[in-house]
Amino acid sequence: MRPILMKGHERPLTFLKYNRDGDLLFSCAKDHTPTVWFADNGERLGTYRGHNGAVWSCDVSRDSMRLITGSADQTVKLWNVQTGAQLYTFNFGSPARSVDFSVGDKLAVITTDPFMELTSAIHVKRIARDPTEQTEESELVIKGPQGRINRAVWGPLNRTIISAGEDAIIRIWDSETGKLLREADKESGHKKTITSLTKSADGSHFLTGSLDKSAKLWDTRTLTLIKTYVTERPVNAVAMSPLLDHVVLGGGQDASAVTTTDHRAGKFEAKFFDKILQEEIGGVKGHFGPINALAFNPDGKSFSSGGEDGYVRLHHFDPDYFNIKI
Amino acid sequence: MAAEVMLMNEIEATAAQMGIDMNIDFSSIQLPPGENCGIISDDDDVYHDDELEFDSGFGNVIVVDNLPVVPREKFEKLEGVIRKIYSQIGVIKEDGLWMPVDPETKKTLGYCFIEYNTPQEAELAKEKTHGYKLDRAHIFAVNMFDDFDKYMKVPDEWAPPEIKPYTPGENLQKWLADEKARDQFYWTESFVQWSPMGTYLATVHRQGAAVWGGANTFNRLMRYAHPQVKLIDFSPGEKFLVTYSSHEPSNPRDANVRVVINIFDVRTGKVMRDFKGSADEFAVGGAGGVSGNSWPVFRWGGGKEDKYFAKLGKNMISVYETETFSLIDKKSLKVENVVDFSWSPTDPIIALFVPELGGGNQPARVSLVQMPGKEELRQKNLFSISDCKMYWQSNGDYLAVKADRYTKTKKSTYTGFELFRIKERDIPIEVLELDNKNDKIIAFAWEPKGHRFAVIHGDNPRPDVSFYSMRSTHNLGRVAKLTTLKGKQANALFWSPGGRFIVLAGLKGFNGQLEFFNVDELETMATAEHFMATDVEWDPTGRYVATSVTSVHEMENGFNIWSFNGKLLYRILKDHFFQFLWRPRPPSFLTPEKEEEIARNLKKYSKKYEAEDQDVSMLLSEQDREKRRMLKEEWEKWVSEWRRAQEEEKLERQKLRDGEASDEEEEYEAKEVEVEEVLDVSEEVLSFEE
Repeated sequence: MRPILMKGHERPLTFLKYNRDGDLLFSCAKDHTPTVWFADNGERLGTYRGHNGAVWSCDVSRDSMRLITGSADQTVKLWNVQTGAQLYTFNFGSPARSVDFSVGDKLAVITTDPFMELTSAIHVKRIARDPTEQTEESELVIKGPQGRINRAVWGPLNRTIISAGEDAIIRIWDSETGKLLREADKESGHKKTITSLTKSADGSHFLTGSLDKSAKLWDTRTLTLIKTYVTERPVNAVAMSPLLDHVVLGGGQDASAVTTTDHRAGKFEAKFFDKILQEEIGGVKGHFGPINALAFNPDGKSFSSGGEDGYVRLHHFDPDYFNIKI
Repeated sequence: MAAEVMLMNEIEATAAQMGIDMNIDFSSIQLPPGENCGIISDDDDVYHDDELEFDSGFGNVIVVDNLPVVPREKFEKLEGVIRKIYSQIGVIKEDGLWMPVDPETKKTLGYCFIEYNTPQEAELAKEKTHGYKLDRAHIFAVNMFDDFDKYMKVPDEWAPPEIKPYTPGENLQKWLADEKARDQFYWTESFVQWSPMGTYLATVHRQGAAVWGGANTFNRLMRYAHPQVKLIDFSPGEKFLVTYSSHEPSNPRDANVRVVINIFDVRTGKVMRDFKGSADEFAVGGAGGVSGNSWPVFRWGGGKEDKYFAKLGKNMISVYETETFSLIDKKSLKVENVVDFSWSPTDPIIALFVPELGGGNQPARVSLVQMPGKEELRQKNLFSISDCKMYWQSNGDYLAVKADRYTKTKKSTYTGFELFRIKERDIPIEVLELDNKNDKIIAFAWEPKGHRFAVIHGDNPRPDVSFYSMRSTHNLGRVAKLTTLKGKQANALFWSPGGRFIVLAGLKGFNGQLEFFNVDELETMATAEHFMATDVEWDPTGRYVATSVTSVHEMENGFNIWSFNGKLLYRILKDHFFQFLWRPRPPSFLTPEKEEEIARNLKKYSKKYEAEDQDVSMLLSEQDREKRRMLKEEWEKWVSEWRRAQEEEKLERQKLRDGEASDEEEEYEAKEVEVEEVLDVSEEVLSFEE
C-alpha cells in the first residue's frame, strides 16, 4: 500500500515509538517538539511543547497515560499524553539521550551524554504515580562506559539494565547495585558505535544496529550472540516484527556524506531480513536521507520510519507481505 | 527486490561445496609492509655494498682505463681533454681528477680516477663513456671504483659451480585444465597485473617486480630486481617483462628525471637489455600515461612470438629485435615528425602516423611498414587533418584510421574512417564517412576476430550507436552499415572476446547504464544498470561480464557479474575496491574451422555440460535446505527457552504491574467499531431540461 507521508517535523527524526495498543505513534525530532499521530491514518493528534533542544528519545507507559522524553536541553520531561501538559522536569548537567520505562512503569532508565567535565551516565529514576509527589532523586547512577551511551533499556523483571553506545560494547548491569554483570564478547560483537537497540515484544532477545554496517541479535539473559545481519550501509535504526520472523534495518551513509548525487547512491532503504536465515528479503525505498528511526506497530501489520529528511513514512503492509516465502 | 548480496564467506562456502579451491593464500601475495616487504632479497649483499659505498665515499669514484700514456709535457693537455669529457656529465669534485704518474718515467700510467659529487653522476658517467673512442687505439674502459674491490675478490682458482638438481616446474596452466572450464578472477586493493595469457600474476614492490603462479597455490616464481619500479608490462607472448622506474635527479641543477627501463626474461629473470636516460628521451610522442610518459614505452610487435619491440623517438621509431636485443640493422627507422605508431597485433607490421606540416603544404600521412625489412607496404596521404587514431582488428586483418578533419572554415572538425584491408592484395583502402558527417565519435571498437565494428557517435547526451561490417552481403570487399541504434545512453563499447555480443555501457556520467546487444540478430538481449559503474570487463571466454565500481568513487564500491546475455549473477560489495581482472587465457589451439564446427554442433556438446550444471545446482539446493533446517531448529530451541523463562517469570511480572493480569492480554485484539456521523444534510431542487 502507498505509504502515508507524515510531515510535521522541521528537522531530522530521531526516534519513533508506538503505544501498546498500537493506535498512537510518538515521534521525536531535532526540532524540540515531540509529536503524537494516529497510527492508522497518520493524522496529527498533537504536540508536546516545552523542550528547548533536540529530543532524542521517548517512551510511553503501558496505559498510554504518561510520556517521557529525553532532550539535548539537558532535561527529561514527563507529559500527560492526553492533554500535552508537562508533569515534571528532571534536570541534568548534560544532554539526555535515551529513556525507557520499566515493567510496571514505576522506574525509568535515562542515559546522559558526556558533556564538559561530566562523563556519560545511566540514571535510574523512580516515577511516582502522582506527579505532584515526583522527586528529582536518582535511585541509582552508573558510570563507566567510554563515550556516549546511545541506548539503555530494562532487562527481564527490571533486574538488569542493558546499555550500548559509542564504545561498541553491550553491557548488562545489575539494576539494584549498579554492578556490571556481563559484557559482550569483543570478537563477535560490534566493531563500531552501536546506534540503536530494540527489544523483542516479550523482552527475551534484542537487536542492535551499528555503524559497522551490521545488526546483531542477542539473548537478553545470557548476552549470547544469536544472529548477525550484514548490510551495505551504517545502521542507524533497527526494528523487529512482532508478528513474523522479520527484522528491519534502516540507515544510509553519514548525513554529512550525503552528496548531491542520485538518491539511489545513498541506500536510504529500510531493509527487511529474515530473522532466522539472516537473508535479505526486500527493501522499502522512499526517504531521501538516512533513516534514523524505525518502529513496528505492535500488531505487526504496519511500520513507520523516520528520516534525516524530516518525514515519517507510515507503511501498512500489503497482503502479500504476510505470505513471503524464501 | 534487490539482488542477493553475496558475502565473501558465503562465496567461500559455496566454493568449498563446489570443490573449488579458494585457498589461494592471498596474504602471501599481500606482502607484509616494511622496507623490503618481508622478502629477503637475493640482492641484499649488493645493497649492503651500496651502503658501504656511501660510508666510504667511493661510490662516486670511477676509474677510466685505456687512456693514452703520455709524457710529462703532454700531461696537462690530456687532463684538459678528460676534464672536458667528464665535466659534461656531472660536477667533478675539486681535486676530483687524479691521474697517477709513474715516479720513474714521469709518464702517465694510462688510467685516472674521477670523483663526482654523487654516485648517480658517477654511474651515469660510467654508462655514457664506457667504450668511448678517444681515438682508434684508445677506447675507454670505465669502471666504478668499488667494482674493483669486487673484481679483486674473485678467487684466482676456478671452482666448479655447484649444479643444482633439477626441480620439475609446476604446471603453470593447471587452471586451464579445470574440467568445468571455470574462469578465474581476482580483485585487489593494490597494483597487480596478469600476464597476457594468464600464466603469471605480477606484483610490484619497492625493490622490484615479482611474478606468481602455480598449479594449486600461488608461489613466487621469479623476482626481478629493479629498485623503485613503478610500472611493468609483459610482452604479448609472456616471454619478457619490461619494468620502468623514474628517479628524481640527485643534482638539483639537473632538471631531468632519470628513467631506468629493464627488460627481463620472464623465465630466467635475466636482464636482457636495460635503457637509462632522462625522462625526456622516453616521453616523445603519445599522450597521457604516468607523469607525462606514455606507458608502455616499448610496444611489442610480431604477434605472440615477441620478436620485436619498438619505441617512438624524435623523428624516428627505434625497432629492436629480441634475438640480439639490438636495433634492427643497427639503426632506427627514420620518419620525419612521426607522432604515433602501432603494431599489428599479429604481424610484424607497423602503422605510423605523420601529421600535417607546413600549414597544409605537406599532407598528413599514414603508412604501413613491414619489419624487419622496413619496406613500406602502403601509404595514404590525408588532407586537413587535425587528429588521427589507429585501431587494429585483433587478427590484424583490418586497420581503421579515425581521421578528424577540419571543415573548410577550419572552425570545426568532422570525422571519417580510412579502412585498410591488410590481408588483401595491395591492401585496398576504403573511406567511410558517417551518415551525419558532423557527428562526434565517442567510441570505436572492432569485433574481436570478426569483420564488424561498432561506433558511438553523436553530440547530444544520447548518442547513436552504429554497426558496420567489412563484408557487405553482396560484395565481400565493401563496407556496409548494419544498423544504427538511436539515442543510447552509452559512451563505451565492450565486445565479447568471442565477438557477436557487445555491451554498450554508459559509464561514469551515464550512471552505469548497460545494454547487452546481440549483433548477429541485431537485437537487444537485456538492459540493466550497475549504478555508478566505472569499468566493464568481459571474461576471456566471453561467457561473463564483470562491471565494477572502483574506488575512484567513494561509494558503491564492488562488482557485479552478469551472464553474456545480461542476467545478473552475483553482486559483491567491497569497500576500497581497486581493480578487477579476469585471468586471461592463452589463445585456443583449435583451428578456426574446428571452432566453427563446434559452434554448429553446439547443442550436442552443450548437453553434457547442462547435465553437469544441473547436478551442481541440485547439490547446492540440497545443502541449502539442510542449512535452513538446521537454522530453524536452532531458532526453535531459543524460542522454547524464552517461552519457558517467560512462563517462570510470569507471576513476578504481574506483581511488578501491580497485579495487572497476564501477558495474554498483550495479544493484540482488533475490534472494528463503525461510527457514523452525519455531517450535513441539505436539500436542493434541480430543474429538468427536456
